[in-house]
Amino acid sequence: MKGNEALAVAAIRYGADAYFGYPITPQSEVLETLEALKPWETTGMVVLQAESEVAAVNMVYAGAACGKTVLTSTSSPGFSLMQEGMSYMAASEVPALMINVMRGGPGLGTIHPSQADYFQACKGGGHGDYHAIVLAPSSVQEMVDFVALGWDLAFKYRCVSMILADGVVGQMMEKVVLPEQRPRRTEEEIRKLCPWAVTGRKDMRPRNVITSLELDDDIMEANNHRFQATYREIEKNETRCELINTEDCDYLIVAFGSPARISMKAMEMAREQGYKVGLARPITLWPFPVNQIREAAKNVKGILCVELATGQMIEDVKLAIECSKPVEHFGRLGGNVPAPDEILNALHEKFLDK
Amino acid sequence: MELNKIICPENRVYKKPELLNDTHMHYCPGCSHGVVHKLVAQVIEEMGMQEKAIGVSPVGCAVFAYNYIDVDWLQAAHGRAPAMATAAKRLMPDKLVFTYQGDGDLAAIGTAETIHACNRAENITIIFINNAIYGMTGGQMAPTTLLGQKTATCPYGRRVDLNGYPLAIAPLLAQLDGTCYVTRQSVHNVANVRKTKAAIRKAFENSMKGIGTSVVEVVSTCNTGWKLSPEKANEWMVENMFAKYPLGDLKNREE
Repeated sequence: MKGNEALAVAAIRYGADAYFGYPITPQSEVLETLEALKPWETTGMVVLQAESEVAAVNMVYAGAACGKTVLTSTSSPGFSLMQEGMSYMAASEVPALMINVMRGGPGLGTIHPSQADYFQACKGGGHGDYHAIVLAPSSVQEMVDFVALGWDLAFKYRCVSMILADGVVGQMMEKVVLPEQRPRRTEEEIRKLCPWAVTGRKDMRPRNVITSLELDDDIMEANNHRFQATYREIEKNETRCELINTEDCDYLIVAFGSPARISMKAMEMAREQGYKVGLARPITLWPFPVNQIREAAKNVKGILCVELATGQMIEDVKLAIECSKPVEHFGRLGGNVPAPDEILNALHEKFLDK
Repeated sequence: MELNKIICPENRVYKKPELLNDTHMHYCPGCSHGVVHKLVAQVIEEMGMQEKAIGVSPVGCAVFAYNYIDVDWLQAAHGRAPAMATAAKRLMPDKLVFTYQGDGDLAAIGTAETIHACNRAENITIIFINNAIYGMTGGQMAPTTLLGQKTATCPYGRRVDLNGYPLAIAPLLAQLDGTCYVTRQSVHNVANVRKTKAAIRKAFENSMKGIGTSVVEVVSTCNTGWKLSPEKANEWMVENMFAKYPLGDLKNREE
């Protein structure tokens, strides 16, 4: 299946209550697949094509505020429009799943793959101090698996989870194992799991209000401290990183998403040439796997960050190792994707041949 | 006759709806919001929808509506209330979902969300307070500000060449196939308060019947923003606002 299609099916099978979205390349197959599968006739899931990304994200905000399992998907320009909703959802502490299948920017840019929204996703693209959990799939299987992981984490911490995929992962076809169909939560289950949710005052319980507004500075400061405490908890518990050949490596490649797959081949080619190269693939971009990267980089002579961007994740790598080793960047831009030998050449140029 | 014999439950002709909280309202004396809030609370109570009502509050003076009407509330980003109401109603069709929005929220920044929610025939009610000014931010020009009307951002009066025309959005919404009921009311005297209450009741009933979007515009005063006494503001509204925004039903489709 295609990454985007697999993600759509995974959302239905998780027991999603609603998808709200707006078409944009290279992820329109998510909405197309959902409309074709008509889940409203089987699970009762709502699927709605909104009038804009702005409307879509606010529909997600409302659904999440009602304790429902809701998602949206978009690509970079659309994700910019959704930053308002991201900020409101973070401030209101509601659980939602956002998918950004990145394309090249800035501006309308290109429809081809990119990873240039790293800063926007990981450093908080909207206003105010907030974070979303950012998961970076590098296979179609992970497009499926991270739907469940994303929602599980979102409901666990009452935060927004994001799947930050590049256009390659959204468009490529691979074999996948799909999960079993789960039932949607009943209203009773939602009331129990999300006692804060806007569900109507059944049995005249005290009213629930989901708002991001608080004009009392001391209360708003306390709210911010509470958000930050949640983020520290997430950082402590939820960092994920795949490490390959890092036990004995002299040089380390750090890459996520499809560049990690290509870097794996470059790593193998370097090993065939006799160079001990390892690969660290951050799976959570926020929280960044600081300890795993630091551990993997302990004995290396240099680190190469491969990104479909001019160098965004590289800042987090440098911070993780506190700039204790040489860290170099290699990336292609504008929708271009590097071949393995390009990455190998970059390794030679920046480290191996020096 | 002793006073305490007169003040007894049997003689009561009026009481505050239970859904209207005792919280002090932040609205200025003379503002129309308080009256409309009371009507919304009364209608929800009379329909027995206390356990099923979900309001969506806007950005603007009514942002704190959730502090005053004792039902569940969502608080929307500026202009996005109809999008939020769309999701809430579609996910919980048995609930009574309504937005409560001002003119800046509904007819400027939220025009797209308003038109498309109405055009999709979402089974929600939109209560639209049109006082021709931005109240909360201190009296700036609204899309509905009248020509010649002075505000903080058109201090010499609204001019067509600089600011364009006042936007009458209710007729535009009435044209859409998705709306079943579009009406314009006011609350400046008892007769009109009663009509507005009946309009809100009809709109809420439409939402529960599932026959499309209902819009209740309430042409309102903002005496503080207009820099008039409450009494003078009512007079100014009757003389000027009703000419551009005449009262009455614009559309009333029964099924």
